[in-house]
Parts: sequence; structure tokens; C-alpha cells
Amino acid sequence: MEILMAWRNVWRNPRRTILTILAIAFACLVLIFMLSVQVGTYEVMINASVKTRTGHIQVIKKGYNKDHKIRQVVSDPESIAKILDQTPHVTAHTFRANAFALLSSDLRTCAGLITGVDPERESKISNIVHTMRKGRFLKPSDTNTAVLGALLAKNLKVNVGDEVVALGSAMDGSVAATVLKVAGIFSSGMDDYDRSAIQIPLPHFQEVFYMENAVHEVVVTCDSLWHVSRVKESLAAALHPKPPAEPTGQDADQGLVCLSWDELTPGLIQSIQMDLGGGLIFYAILLVMVAFSIMNTFVMAVFERTRELGTLLAIGAGPGRLSKMLVLESAFLTLWGITLGILAGCVLTFWFQHTGIPLGGAEGMLKQYGIPGLIRPRLTLATALSGPALVFIITTLTALYPALKVRRLTPVDAMRAV
Amino acid sequence: MNMVDVKEVSKTYKQGKVAVHALAGVSLSIAKGEFCALAGPSGSGKTTLLNLIGGLDTPTQGKIFLDNDEITGLSQSRLASIRLNKIGFIFQSYNIIPVLSARENVEYVMLMQGVPARERSERARAVLDDVGLAGMHDRRPAELSGGQQQRVAVARAIVSNPAIVLADEPTANLDSQTGQGLLEMMARMNEERNVTFIFSTHDRMVMDFAHRIIRLKDGLVAHEQIK
Ligand SMILES: Nc1ncnc2c1ncn2[C@@H]1O[C@H](COP(=O)(O)OP(=O)(O)OP(=O)(O)O)[C@@H](O)[C@H]1O
Ligand SMILES: [Mg+2]
Repeated sequence: MEILMAWRNVWRNPRRTILTILAIAFACLVLIFMLSVQVGTYEVMINASVKTRTGHIQVIKKGYNKDHKIRQVVSDPESIAKILDQTPHVTAHTFRANAFALLSSDLRTCAGLITGVDPERESKISNIVHTMRKGRFLKPSDTNTAVLGALLAKNLKVNVGDEVVALGSAMDGSVAATVLKVAGIFSSGMDDYDRSAIQIPLPHFQEVFYMENAVHEVVVTCDSLWHVSRVKESLAAALHPKPPAEPTGQDADQGLVCLSWDELTPGLIQSIQMDLGGGLIFYAILLVMVAFSIMNTFVMAVFERTRELGTLLAIGAGPGRLSKMLVLESAFLTLWGITLGILAGCVLTFWFQHTGIPLGGAEGMLKQYGIPGLIRPRLTLATALSGPALVFIITTLTALYPALKVRRLTPVDAMRAV
Repeated sequence: MNMVDVKEVSKTYKQGKVAVHALAGVSLSIAKGEFCALAGPSGSGKTTLLNLIGGLDTPTQGKIFLDNDEITGLSQSRLASIRLNKIGFIFQSYNIIPVLSARENVEYVMLMQGVPARERSERARAVLDDVGLAGMHDRRPAELSGGQQQRVAVARAIVSNPAIVLADEPTANLDSQTGQGLLEMMARMNEERNVTFIFSTHDRMVMDFAHRIIRLKDGLVAHEQIK
């Protein structure tokens, strides 16, 4: 009977009930959608950074990520490549070697970071290939050929077909020098990268910098962000059981580490955390607003029925019965609202996950930078349920207040109320 | 055997610094099966006395016995259970639950008492027919007239065979004809079911129905009249 009474009480004021349900549903919908958009955006950001620069995972000499010393090499990359070929979820891998060098054109000189890449395998991992502004990317048959960032090209005042002289120090400390022919100019969209990066074929790099077969980074990409940690673990396990090489092996594969994208670019994680923090403030405001709207409904529901509650007390209903009835009433509203909100939120998010949210005028530009012009929200169990769960907790707490307050009602006072 | 014993009961309301002596030492006894009116001018303490007898409020001084059990000093939950099982209430403004139909209103009391469902519905039907609401069992309060709503209240009050029914100005919101009909019905219930009734009133016509009239004035029993 309490259930029946609660149900009928809920519909005594249909307009208020519907508004409250909609408020709860709306909060759930917004939370689901926004969280999914955030997660989707982070995925895009991470993927962009991963694609142009770090890859998902790198195997490097310990400390190389902090300080790019040319001597900190992975001396036997092929053995790691063999392990990677057999690791599940790995989609591609390649080798890179880096060195700082002085770059000179006919007119200008500036510092740059030369990266030796494997043209064929690099194109499976990096999207630099797809951000070529002029000319072409490197080919396997290239030797002293280079592609460089647009800003660097501008600084050097070079164009496709021009020559650039690179001067640096080789691994053994001797002078390394080479003349490079510009085959293409890329624009990754990350300015500081485009300002300094120049890529040449890895064999030529190894020759110029006396690297022999050594490289600096073994770059790995996985089929999904969510598998990165698993791949990293199995890779680390495969690397480390190897007993450290005997002193005879000099600096063999000793001290190799396996780092994931978030360890390689701590700045990215920081900016994601900041964005998430900003989102949290917005969510908190939203939740407080919902809490007030529900509070209003429930307090009104008790207030305008004080006489009636007094009558119930007078004819012998215990306060527990009244609380139970009020809790049931709020449960109806909350569950309806949350169910509706989850359904609507998932449908909306799912819809946009398919169509994508266009970023307006910036689309063309972003595409050039390798960032897709669409943001796709990503609906996961976590983004679909964590918001509504919060709403549930808040509404339940809010509804408890009048339900507990009614326990202090005495029949005489209640019935005297207007 | 007395159904109600009120012994030297006073009730003082404190309003800020002013103390209002609503009852100033009232003593009276009411026997089982009485049909008894509390009369007196406005503010004389009728409602206060009924609330004290019904365990809705507690006296400042004195003792009240209901069916020979003292109810003064009991906890709220004990009082609630006494109200549920021993007392029926009828109020001036037909206080029946608006979201429940006539039958559900009557059944709700029995539900709280733990009466099984079938018996509940049989007894509810019988008592509603008895108070003259045959054919209106499933109407909500909003679909009933004031007099009919007050009949539902009477049915709800007597359905659980309480020791006593307390009615605070039950006819005050009804026209005299409807009020008279209600009183006749209450008098019949009093006779047929031997339910003890105490009701308060200003109305001469209502007093004429009573077998005993207790007149209050300024919180004291001023006059008693037994017919
Ligand atoms: N809750 C309260 N707080 C303060 N004073 C009260 C309260 N209830 C009643 N009183 C006072 O107690 C006195 C008796 O009130 P009571 O309601 O018992 O009178 P009554 O005989 O029922 O009057 P009426 O015929 O108008 O219903 C009045 O002076 C009233 O102002
Ligand atoms: Mg009164």
C-alpha cells in the first residue's frame, strides 16, 4: 500500500514530477555525453602525439628519454624486433636514431634534431607521411635525402631540391658531417617539432654518426590505447629475464627500459589532467543544481502535505512508515530520471560516436596536421555509468533529508499546519 | 467500568514568555458506550482535551487512563500503537488521505494493524455500507461531498473496533442537515457497536444528540448534564 500511495503521491503534481525527472535525466545525459567527449578527445590528442612522435611504447636505454645522449643506444635492436613480431596487439614497430646537429643552408644556419628513420616501416607508424606539405616522404632507396619541418625549412630558407649541410658529433666523438638533399617538407602541427625536426634514412644516419647497427629508440604501436599497458608488461618481461651481459659485452643490451607514451610525454598527461579538473568543476556545478531542484521537489512534497502526514501520524502510522513512503516517492523519481538519462545519453553519445562532432572551420587545418576534423565521443561503461552513479548518490542523499525530517514531526503540530 | 479517566489534568502552552493555560486541572470519567459531547466557547480547551485523551499530546500535569491503562508518560512509539489500536479519530476538516479511495482509506488502518488482506477488504466493505456509502467504495475523496468524506472518516475510525472514538467538531464544516445525518449515523454506531464516542461541538443541535454534555470554560469543567 505504501508503494501505491507513493506512486499516486508522485503523480499528484505531474508537472513538477516531470520537471524533476527531466532534470535528473538531463544531468545524466550531459554527464554521459561530456565525459564521453572528453575521453574521445583525449584519445585523439594521445593518438596525434603517439602518431607523430612517440609511438605507444618505446624501448630505449635507461635515461635516454630525459637526456638525448648519442651514446645511449640500443645496440641490438633486431633482437627486440624479433620479440615484437611475436607479441600480440603490436601493430607495427620501427627503429629511430636521433642526433642534434647544426644545419646550414646557403643563407642560414640553425640547430636541429636529425632523426634517422626506416622510410618503409616509419610510414606505418608515423603520420608525418600524411602531413607532407611539399615534395614527398623518404623512400627506402634514398641515401642522403631529408624531409624537414615546415618551420625549420622557413628558418633555413630552403625548399624542395635545395641542399642542407648537417654538422654534428658522431657516437665515437668524431665529427659527423653530411650534405642532405631536401625531398619534402612536412607540417605535423606541433610547432616545436616542426621548428627543429629533420628526418633522414636510418642507414645513412648510422653511417654518418658511426652508429653501426645501433639505434636510440625502438618504437612500437598497438592496436588500441587500452592494450598498451599489457603489451608493455609482456615486453618488459621479455627484455629483463635476460641475464645482464657479461663485462665482455661492454655496453650490450644492458639497462634497456620500456616506456609507454604517457611516460615519454608527461606534459600530455598533465594537460589531460588539467582539462579533466576543469570538467570536474563544471560537473560539480551541474550536480549542485540538480540537487537543489530535487531538494525543492522533496521539501515541497513534505511541506504542502504536512497536515496529511499529521493525520497519518494521528491514526497511528509510525514515523518509519512515513519515511518509507517518502523514500519510495523519491526513488520513483530518481530511478525514472536516471533510466531515462542513461538511455538518452547513450543514444545521443552513440549517435555522435558514429557521425562525429565536426570542429567547424578548423577542420581543414586540423586534417593537415593529422588530427581528424571530427571529435568522436567514446562511450564506455565507465563514461556511461559514472555520471549517473554520481547523480544517484546525490539525489538519494538529498531525498533523505526530508524523509528524516518527517521523523521529528508531531501529530498535533503537523495538523495545525496550514 | 471507565473507558477514560482524566485526573487533575492541566496543559500549559508557552508562547514566547506568555503561558496559556489551555486546561487548568480537569477531572472527568467517561464510561464504556457513552455518547458524550464536549461543549464550551472557543478557546475553552475542547481540542486540547481531546488531543490529550487521544495521546496526540502530553499533559503538563495530571494523569490520563485509557481502558484503565495510564497513557501519560509513554513514548511516542507506544502512543502511536495505542492510537492505532484503541482510538479512532475524526477531525473537523475531513482528514482522509486524498490519494486513497474510500475503501483504501478504511483498509489502510487495518493494514497497519496487520489484518490479513481478505478480512481487510470484507470489513472495509461492510463498514462503508454501514455508514451509508454503498456504491461509493472506490471513489477518491475529491469525488465525495464533505458529508460523505466525513462518513469515510467515521468508517475509518470505527473499523478497527477501537475503545473510543474522538471527534473534534465533526459537523462544523457541514450544513445542518448533513451534520444531522452524520450524527444519526454516529449515534447508531454507538448503539449497534457499543463504541464510545466523545465529540466536541459549539452546536446546540449536536449537543441534543449527546447523552451527556460536559461544558468547559477557561480550561475547567464548568457544568455537566446527563440526559
Ligand atoms: N499549540 C498551541 N500553542 C499555544 N497555544 C495554544 C495551542 N493550542 C491551543 N492553544 C491555546 O489553548 C487554548 C485552548 O485551545 P483549544 O484549541 O483547546 O480550544 P477549543 O475549545 O478547541 O477552541 P475552538 O472551539 O475554537 O476549537 C486557547 O487559548 C488556545 O489559544
Ligand atoms: Mg477546537
